[in-house]
Amino acid sequence: MPRETPRQKLLTRRAAILAGGQVALIATLTGRLYQLQVFERDRYRVMADENRINLRLLVPPRGRIVDRFGIALADNRQNYRVVIVPEQTSDINATLDAIATLIDVGDADRKRALRDAKRKHAFVPVVVRSNLTWDEMARIEVATPELPGVSIDRGLIRFYPYGPTAAHVLGYVAAVSEKELTGDPLLELPDFRIGKAGIEKSQDLVLRGGAGSSQIEVNAYGRVVREIARNDGQPGQDVVLALDAGMQDFVTKRCSAEQSVACVLLDAVTGDILALVSSPSYDPMLFSAGLTQAMWQDLSTDPRNPLSDKAIGGLYPPGSTFKPMVALAALESGAITPDMAVTCPGYLELGDATFHCWQKAGHGTLHLHDAIKKSCDVYFYETARRTGIDHIAAMAHRFGFGDPLGLDIPGERAGLIPDRDWKLATTGVPWQQGETLISGIGQGSVLATPLQMATMAARLVTGRAIVPHLMRQQGVLPPGGDRKIAAFPGLGVSPRALALVIDGMTAVVNEEGGTAYAARIKDASFAMGGKSGTSQVRRISQYERDHGLRKEDEIPWKERDHALFVAFAPVGAPRYVCAVVVEHGGIEAGGGSAVAAPIARDVLLEVQRRDPARRVPQPDAIAQVAPPVPPPLPQPAPAPRAPRG
Amino acid sequence: MVSFSSDIGRHELSLADKVRGLQWGLILLICVISSIGFAMLYSAANGNLQPWASKQLVRFAIAFIPMIAAALIDIRHWFRVSYWLYAIALALIVAVDLRGVIGMGAQRWIDLGFIQLQPSELMKIALILALARYFHSLPSETSPRLLDLIAPSFLIVVPVLLVLKQPDLGTAMMLLAAGAIVFFLAGVRLWMFGAAIAAIAGAAPLIWSMLRDYQKARLYTFLSPDTDPLGAGYHIMQSKIALGSGGMFGKGFLLGTQTHLSFLPEKQTDFIFTMIAEEFGLVGGLCLLALYAMVIAYGFVIALRSRNHFGRLLGLGLATNFFLYVFINTAMVIGLIPVVGVPLPLISYGGTAMVTVMFGFGLLMNVGIHRDVRVSRLGESQMA
Repeated sequence: MPRETPRQKLLTRRAAILAGGQVALIATLTGRLYQLQVFERDRYRVMADENRINLRLLVPPRGRIVDRFGIALADNRQNYRVVIVPEQTSDINATLDAIATLIDVGDADRKRALRDAKRKHAFVPVVVRSNLTWDEMARIEVATPELPGVSIDRGLIRFYPYGPTAAHVLGYVAAVSEKELTGDPLLELPDFRIGKAGIEKSQDLVLRGGAGSSQIEVNAYGRVVREIARNDGQPGQDVVLALDAGMQDFVTKRCSAEQSVACVLLDAVTGDILALVSSPSYDPMLFSAGLTQAMWQDLSTDPRNPLSDKAIGGLYPPGSTFKPMVALAALESGAITPDMAVTCPGYLELGDATFHCWQKAGHGTLHLHDAIKKSCDVYFYETARRTGIDHIAAMAHRFGFGDPLGLDIPGERAGLIPDRDWKLATTGVPWQQGETLISGIGQGSVLATPLQMATMAARLVTGRAIVPHLMRQQGVLPPGGDRKIAAFPGLGVSPRALALVIDGMTAVVNEEGGTAYAARIKDASFAMGGKSGTSQVRRISQYERDHGLRKEDEIPWKERDHALFVAFAPVGAPRYVCAVVVEHGGIEAGGGSAVAAPIARDVLLEVQRRDPARRVPQPDAIAQVAPPVPPPLPQPAPAPRAPRG
Repeated sequence: MVSFSSDIGRHELSLADKVRGLQWGLILLICVISSIGFAMLYSAANGNLQPWASKQLVRFAIAFIPMIAAALIDIRHWFRVSYWLYAIALALIVAVDLRGVIGMGAQRWIDLGFIQLQPSELMKIALILALARYFHSLPSETSPRLLDLIAPSFLIVVPVLLVLKQPDLGTAMMLLAAGAIVFFLAGVRLWMFGAAIAAIAGAAPLIWSMLRDYQKARLYTFLSPDTDPLGAGYHIMQSKIALGSGGMFGKGFLLGTQTHLSFLPEKQTDFIFTMIAEEFGLVGGLCLLALYAMVIAYGFVIALRSRNHFGRLLGLGLATNFFLYVFINTAMVIGLIPVVGVPLPLISYGGTAMVTVMFGFGLLMNVGIHRDVRVSRLGESQMA
C-alpha cells in the first residue's frame, strides 16, 4: 500500500465530509417525502380528488302537463344538438364553418353560438343547432374526429303535441334570463328551460323537479375522462289540468273561423276551465328553440295580438251581457219589480242628454222578461237610474267583476266596475247620473275579461261563488266523473231574482223575438240560454245618427264593435257556461247575436255531447278535425251597417 | 486502500485489461435506474411507448457508446485534452448566446442538425475535468495558496455567468456547486470559502437584478406556493398534491391521477420523480433514492481507490455532480428549493442530459480502470 501524501490525506478527509453532507441532504429529502406522503397524505389525497372530480348537475326531465283525462298537452321529446366546447377548438369560427358544410347552420344560430361562447366559460359547451334529424346527427358524428370540441348532445326538449292550441294556457319554456337567476345552480345550466308564461310558469317549481348530479373525472383542462357516479335526480311532477284537450281543440278550431276571438268554457258547478281559447295563437315550441327577430316582429305587431291571452287579459266593455247584473241589483235592492213596466220609444232623455236604444224604433212597453229577451237599452237605462251605480257595482263585484279571480296562471286582469268613489278618485269629478245609465248597458267605463263574463254566468246559474281554475287538484278524472265535488259558498242572492234573470236569458235564445233566437240549439235537451252583447269601440257621432250610419266600407276593422255572447246549457239544469268575445266582429246585424252566439252554441252543443264533467270520452271523440282555413280580414260588405243590439 | 497487485508493474493496460476493469456493477445500476425511467415515460404517455419511452431507450443505447469510449481511452489523454474540452465547451456556450435557437423561453441549445446540443451540460463535465487537471498540477505538499485560486475561480465564474445569462439558473447553480466542491476537495482552506460566500452575499443585489422575471417569480413562489395556486405556484402545488396523495405505497403503475389527468406539468421531464412517488408511493421514491445513493457511493469508492490526484478529483467531482442532479431535482419537486429546471439523471426525458450523464459515468469508470496509472504534473505518465 503506497504512502499517502498530505494532499491525499486531506482529500480523503474532505471526501468523507462531502459524503457526510450528501448523506445528510438525502436524509432531508427522505424526511420531506415522509412528511408529504405519510403525515399529510390525507390532505393531499382530498386535494387530488378535488382536482379531478367535478360535480356536474343534470337537468331533471320536466313534468308533463296533462288534461283532465290524462292526455299530454306538454311533453318532452328527444332532442339531438350539436355543441361546441370553445376551449377545445383552435378557432370557433372555422369550426362553425366546418359544421355548416355538413348541416344547415343559420346566421341566427351562428350569432347565438358566438355570443354564448363569449359570455360563458370556455369549457362550457355552447349549442350550435338543436333538433337535428337522425341523418344530420349521423353526419356530425362521423366528422367529430376531425372537429375537436364538437360533439352531439342528447337532451330533452319541450314538446307541445297540440301545437298552438293551448299555447296561452300552457305558456312556454325558454332559457333562463338574468333576472330569473335565484342562486339555484340548476338555473345556470345551459340547457335548463324555465317556464315563462301560463302553467309552465305558475307550476314551474312542480314541473321542474330536483337536479340530478354526475360525478365526473376531469383532467387539468376540464375534459371529461369518465363518470364516477350518477344520480338522475327527481323528475318533475306531472300537472293535471281541468282542461279538456278535445274541447280546447274544438273551440280553437271553431274560433279560427273569425279573425280574433276569446272563448272561455267552464264547468259551472266545479269551476273547471274546460277550454280557454284566445285566437289566433302562437306555437310555444318557437320559444324553446329561440325566436328569430322576424318571427318576434310578426307576432308582436299582429293587430290580432296572438301573444296576449285575450280570454283572461283582454278587457272589453261587456255591453248588454252586463244587463243581468243590473237586473239583479235592481231586483235585490227593490228598485224594480219584475212586473214594472217601462215604455221604450227608442230613446231616453235625461237632462240635456239623449240616450238611445239600439232599436231606433223603440220596443214599446215591456217588463223585465222581455227587456232581457230583447235587450232593451231604455229599460235598463231606467232600471239603472232607479237602482243607482253603487248597488249595480256591488252586485257586479259579487259576480266576479272588477277584481282578478285569482286564476292559476299569470296574466289575468281585473277589469273595471266604476262607482262614485272610483270616479272621484281618478278624475276628481263627481259621478254623473248619465254614467249610471251608460253603465246600465255595460258601456262607459265598465270593462271585463271574457273569463269574468263566463264566471258571471257560472255564478248566475249556480247562485254560488264559483271560482274558475285551470288546475285539477284531484288528479286525472276517474271514469264516471268525480265522486265528490266541493261546493262553493253561496252568493246570498235570492233564488227568485236569479230565476227571473235566467228565465229572461233562456228567452233570449229560445223564444221568438229573442236577440239570439237564430242561434238556438234545436235539440231541447241540449238547449242553451244566454245574453248577447255588442260593445262599442268608438263613439257614434251625432252626425252618423242623423244621417244614417257610415257605410261598412268606411269603418276600419280596428274600429268595428266587439260581438259578445254569454251562455249556459242545458237550460233545465245548467252545467256548462261559455263566454265568447269576437273582437271587432260586430259588423253584421245584431253583433253578438249574429257572430258570437253561434260560436257559443257550437261549443255548448259539443261539450254536452262529450260531457267532460262526467265521463271519459271515447278515443274517436277527440279525433283531430281538419282545421278550417282562417278567413282573410273581412272585406267590407256592401250592405249598410245595422243598428247595435 | 485495497489494491490489485496484478496491475502493478505493467507499463500499459491492454484493451482486455481495460474491459475487464469496467465497473459492471455500476453499469447494472445505471441500467436498472434507466429502466425505471423507461417505465415511467411509458406511464407518462398513458401506457404508450410513444412519444417518450421508445425514443429514450434509443438514446440510452446510443449513449452507451460515448460512455464506453470515455471509459477506455487512456486517462492521460483525458488529462491532456481537459483544458481543450473546457475551451470548446465555453466556445459553444458563447456560440449559443450568439446564435442559439429559442426553446423553452431560453437560448440553451445549439442545433447540430442531428442533435440539439446543450453546451452548458457539456460544461458540467469539462469544468470538473479542467479543475481536476489544474489542482493535480499544483505542488502536492500544501493546500493551494490564494494566488493559485485566481485562475480556477475564473474557470468557474466565466461559464456560470454565461449560463446565468442564457438564462439557466439550475445549470449555473450546479456549475457553481460542482466547482466549489472540487475546490473543497482540493484542500482549499475553509476561511476562503467563508470569504467567497460573503462576497456572493454582497453581490446578491446585483445577481437579483440579473434574474429574469420568471426566475424571480419562481423564487417568490418557492417562498410561498399557496398564495397563487393557479399562477406560478401551480407546478409546485400540483407536484406536492401528487406526491402527498401517493401515500406510502402509491396509486399503482399507470394509475396516478395527477399525472394522467395532466394536472402535473412537465411530468416526463423535470417532474418525473413526482410521478414515481405518486404511482409507487414513499416506498418507490425511497427505493429510487437508494439506487441513486448506491451509484454515488460507487463513484466515491472508485475515486478514492485511484492513486492519482487527477483521478480522485475527477471521480469525486463526477460523483458529486451526479448527486447534485439528483438532489436539486428531487428537492425542487418536493418543494424544498425553487423550481430551477434540472432533470432527474437517467430518468427524465431528454437527450443531452442522458448523453452527458453517461459520458460522466464513462469518465468515472475510466478513473477506476486507470486507478494505478501515475499521471505526472504535466500529463506524462509512468506506472507506479
